[in-house]
Amino acid sequence: MAKDASVPFYDSAKQQTAWLDEFLQTLRYKDLIMHLVKRDVTARYKRSVLGIAWTMLNPLGMMVILTVVFSQLFGSVEGYAAYILSGLIMWNFFAQSTVSGINSVVWGGDLFRRIYFPRSIFAISAIGTGIVNFLLSMVPYIVVSIFVGKPPTIYFILLIIPMVLLAMFTLGLTLIIASIGVRFPDIVEMYNNIILLAWMYLTPIIYPIDILPDWLLSLMKFNPMFHLVKLFREPIYYGQPLYPQLLGICSIIAVGTLALGWIIFSRMTDEIAYRS
Amino acid sequence: MKLPTDPNTFPDHDVVIGVEHASVKYFVPHERVATFKEYAIRKIQRRIQNNEFWALKDVSFEVKKGEIFGLIGANGAGKSTLLKLVARVLKPSEGRVWVRGRVAPLLAMGAGFHMELSGRENVFLNGTLLGYPQKLIRERFNAIVDFAELQDFIDAPLRTYSSGMIARLGFSVATDQMPDVLIVDEALSVGDTAFQNKSLERIREFQKNGASTLYVSHGMGEIERTCNRAAWLDHGHLRFVGSPKEAVDLYLDRIPAVA
Repeated sequence: MAKDASVPFYDSAKQQTAWLDEFLQTLRYKDLIMHLVKRDVTARYKRSVLGIAWTMLNPLGMMVILTVVFSQLFGSVEGYAAYILSGLIMWNFFAQSTVSGINSVVWGGDLFRRIYFPRSIFAISAIGTGIVNFLLSMVPYIVVSIFVGKPPTIYFILLIIPMVLLAMFTLGLTLIIASIGVRFPDIVEMYNNIILLAWMYLTPIIYPIDILPDWLLSLMKFNPMFHLVKLFREPIYYGQPLYPQLLGICSIIAVGTLALGWIIFSRMTDEIAYRS
Repeated sequence: MKLPTDPNTFPDHDVVIGVEHASVKYFVPHERVATFKEYAIRKIQRRIQNNEFWALKDVSFEVKKGEIFGLIGANGAGKSTLLKLVARVLKPSEGRVWVRGRVAPLLAMGAGFHMELSGRENVFLNGTLLGYPQKLIRERFNAIVDFAELQDFIDAPLRTYSSGMIARLGFSVATDQMPDVLIVDEALSVGDTAFQNKSLERIREFQKNGASTLYVSHGMGEIERTCNRAAWLDHGHLRFVGSPKEAVDLYLDRIPAVA
C-alpha cells in the first residue's frame, strides 16, 4: 500500500512477531537510549555538591563499614576490602539498574500515554546509566586493590565479558519483573524491599564462598548471581583468566534470561498504555 | 464558513488515516485489585470481575490528505482515545488503524522534558523522542530556538523557565518538521497572544502545504469555521461523519440548552 518507501506507514493490524517488532523499533530509537542515559547521569549530578564523586564514595563507604565489621570474621580472606568492594560494585550495578528500570517502566506512565516509543528503551537506558556509574566506581576499586596488595593484573581487561553477561541478565530480569509489575505493582515493592535484600545475603558478596556449609553450597548453583559474581571476580579480584565452564554457565544464564524477558515484555508492551 | 467538502476533491488513494471498525476496550476492575496477593485470593474465590468499558466501539472513518478533520463530543466520548490510536500510543482492541506518513502529536509537546537539563539538552532529548535523527536536530537547532524566541536562555536549566517559555520550546520542537498528520487537542494555547498567533500561523502553513489535521475542540464555532469535515462521537460510538455544520447541530441538539 505504501507507495513511497520514505513515507512511514503505521498499521496496527500488521502481523509481526512481537519480540522481533520490539527489537526493530528499539534499534530505530537507539539514539534515545543515549539521550536518556545522559539525562539521568547529568540530572543526578547537576545539583549535588559532591557530584560524580558521590558514585565513587558510596560503595567505598559501604566497603569501609563492612570491612571493619566483618574483618574479624572473614579476616582470612586475602585483601578482604577488595573482595567486598568487587562484590559490592557488581551488586550495586545489578540492584540499581533493575530497580530504576522496573520503576520507570511501571510508573513512567505519563510519557507512555503521550507518545509512542518502544517501551523497552526505558529498561535499556537504566542499564546504560548503571554502566556509567559502574565505570566510575572502578576508579576507587583500582585504588583500593593496589592498597591492599591485590593490584590489577593483565586479565583485568577480561572484565568486559562478565560485565556484558551481567548486563544481559540484569536487562532480562528487569523486563520480566516490569511485565508482572505493570499488572501487580506490589510485586515491584516486594522486589525492591525484600527480594533484593534477601538475594544479596544469599549471594557471596561480603562473605567468602568457603564459609558456606555443603548443603547451602549445593543450593547455590540455582542462584544465577552466585555464578555471575564468581565470574566477575576472576579477572579483577583473583586476577585470573575466565574459567571456561563457569563462563559457559553464565552465558546460558544471561542469554536465557534476556530472551525470556524480551519475549514476555514484548507481549505485554501494548498493555502498558491501557493500564497506566 | 466553509461548505462541506466535495468527496471528489480527495481521491481515495490520498487517504492518510484509515480507521476501520476500531474498538478500544479498557478493563475497569469492579473493585481495584492492585496487589498480587489480592488477585490470587480473589481468583481462587472466583471474585474477579472486570467490567469491560468500551471507550470506542466499531468506529470507522477516513481522513484524506490535506483535510482538517474535526472531532466533537462530550467529555468521555472517546475523543482522546481516538487521538491516541492515531498517535500510536494505544492499539485498538479490535479493528484496524493505519496512518500513512509522520504524525506530529501536539499532545506530546514537551514530552520527556527534564527540569534540571538545559534548554539545549532538552531540545535534543525531546527531538529524539519525536523520532528526529540527530543530524537533523543539530542542523535545525538554531531555527528551533529562534522560533521559540529563547536564544538568551537556551543554556539555562529548564527549571528557570516560565511555563510559557517551556510550552514555546515544546511547540517549536514538535512542529519544526512538517508532518503528514497533525494532531491538535483542544485550544492550542501556547504562550502569550503573540506566540499563539505565530503557532497558529505555522499550523495553517502546514495545512496549506498538504498536512492533514485531526482537530479536537469544544469550540463549536471554531470547528465549523476551520474544518472540512467533522465527526461526532457519543459514548464511544461514531454517530455522524460529514459536514461540520451538521455534526455540530446534531451534537448540540443532544445537549440541554444552558443559556
